[in-house]
Amino acid sequence: MRRMSWFNTVSLTLGFAFLYVPMLILVIYSFNESKLVTVWAGFSTKWYGELIQNEAFLNAAWVTIKVAVISSTIATVLGTMAAYVLVRGGRFMGRTLFSGMIYAPLVMPEVITGLSLLLLFIGLGLDRGVMTIVLAHTTFSMCYVSVVVSSRLVTFDRSLEEAALDLGCSPSEAFRLVTLPIIAPAVISGWLLAFTLSLDDLVIASFTSGPAATTLPIKIYSAVRLGVSPEINALSTIMIAIVTVGVITASLVNKRQMVRQKRDEQAAERS
Amino acid sequence: MRRFTLIAVPYLWLLALFLVPFVIVLKISLSDVAVARPPYAPHFDWATGIWAFLSELDFENFTWLTEDDLYWKAYLSSLKIAFVSTVLTLLVGYPMAYAMARAPQEWRATLMMLVILPFWTSFLIRVYAWMGILSNEGFLNQFLMWTGMISEPLTILNTNAAVYIGIVYTYLPFMILPIYAALERLDESLIEAAEDLGCSRFTAFWLVTIPLSKTGIVAGSFLVFIPVLGEFVIPSLLGGSDTLMIGKVLWEEFFSNRDWPVASAVAVVLLLILIIPIVLFQRNQQKQQEAEQ
Repeated sequence: MRRMSWFNTVSLTLGFAFLYVPMLILVIYSFNESKLVTVWAGFSTKWYGELIQNEAFLNAAWVTIKVAVISSTIATVLGTMAAYVLVRGGRFMGRTLFSGMIYAPLVMPEVITGLSLLLLFIGLGLDRGVMTIVLAHTTFSMCYVSVVVSSRLVTFDRSLEEAALDLGCSPSEAFRLVTLPIIAPAVISGWLLAFTLSLDDLVIASFTSGPAATTLPIKIYSAVRLGVSPEINALSTIMIAIVTVGVITASLVNKRQMVRQKRDEQAAERS
Repeated sequence: MRRFTLIAVPYLWLLALFLVPFVIVLKISLSDVAVARPPYAPHFDWATGIWAFLSELDFENFTWLTEDDLYWKAYLSSLKIAFVSTVLTLLVGYPMAYAMARAPQEWRATLMMLVILPFWTSFLIRVYAWMGILSNEGFLNQFLMWTGMISEPLTILNTNAAVYIGIVYTYLPFMILPIYAALERLDESLIEAAEDLGCSRFTAFWLVTIPLSKTGIVAGSFLVFIPVLGEFVIPSLLGGSDTLMIGKVLWEEFFSNRDWPVASAVAVVLLLILIIPIVLFQRNQQKQQEAEQ
């Protein structure tokens, strides 16, 4: 292996500094005593205290989590079904339209998705609230889930499923006992992706929510438009911390699983 | 029967919540504004039938888009901002992807995670982080004044420059990942061969590495260009009043002016513009898949 050239080292250092310094500054200033976000006045955790007492934020956080859990769960079921249909479904009427509808939301500008869903909900006379946000989030995130799951299904050895069928499993047993455990990591990452997309979404939620249900991003956006505030910094820090812990744990678990799988494969080859 | 359910459930869901809404947008883009709830007068009515609808059909909202120069200026300016920021993201992202692909094997997983981590962090928060840095009394100006490079604070926040910084920052992972995937597969002996045959390092890079990573560059560029074209959050938080982007115009048309027909017409035209890059992107992905097989 050739050693890293100075050029590569410099571009990596600068690149990662660019990616991480802004977030680091955000985190540091969330512990700032002063209300002025740009002037350091000593260490304090008072903004976290104020955050906990801010009921509007807590309510919005609760709505956001509820929406994210429900929509990502439905999206995972629908997305896995869609992936299975796309990879294993064979030919059926309107297949091209179906795969088009799976891929189109991935590249659709959020303002258009939001606007079109809102017009639908109004046309149907649905009251805008938690349910309409859930419907909207499920629709775009099921497409992400199906892309993640179908990429795993494509590489999956089909003969395993056929063997199960030959050995007397019904198709649904074969799916539950053979296919699902093998694609499980992809299904789980699909769920996580859907969950984060839902937590993160501002634009579509703004279009589809009503006065009764405000999500955290909507709340943050309206606070942030007025300028930088230490309370938002504290909130951001909490969110960054949760994501960091989550992503690192997920990747460690994943790594351990891969190591174990490799060991099993080697053991199987030897025997 | 089971197969039918498996296909029908996601199919119907997408038809009802993806396709039908677009038809509604199209329909409303062809109706008139009205002071009512909902604020538009529909032209299409099932009772009078499709012929009555077609005879009354007018493209008033679309001609309005060409008459008021706000709209075409916003489309042009979105295209310009999307293009320039794609190039900037490529210039920042390529060296990083290149260095990652050349890094020792045992570092790569960690470097990869460091690129993906910001992607999982809230988009809104990452944009917000720059508000505190770029403002007049912000971190960047304080730092530059401390080093003595400037004596007066620079106005960066609420200008197009801040929009570019925000876009490059938030979309960087989308550029790095496909380029890294292409570069990692690249057989290093090809570069050594080129160097042995008398190419300078730079010529070898230009004639071998760049062409072989082309699919990654194209994929990354579209992954940045397409969503930036309809971007709303970045121009609205980091841009100024003179930052024209069509996503912001659509938002304001809808929420502030409550002109739904015009907002729908803006959306329809934006979609038509997006079809070209989306088709090109699909082709590139297909070519790449065929090359892998």
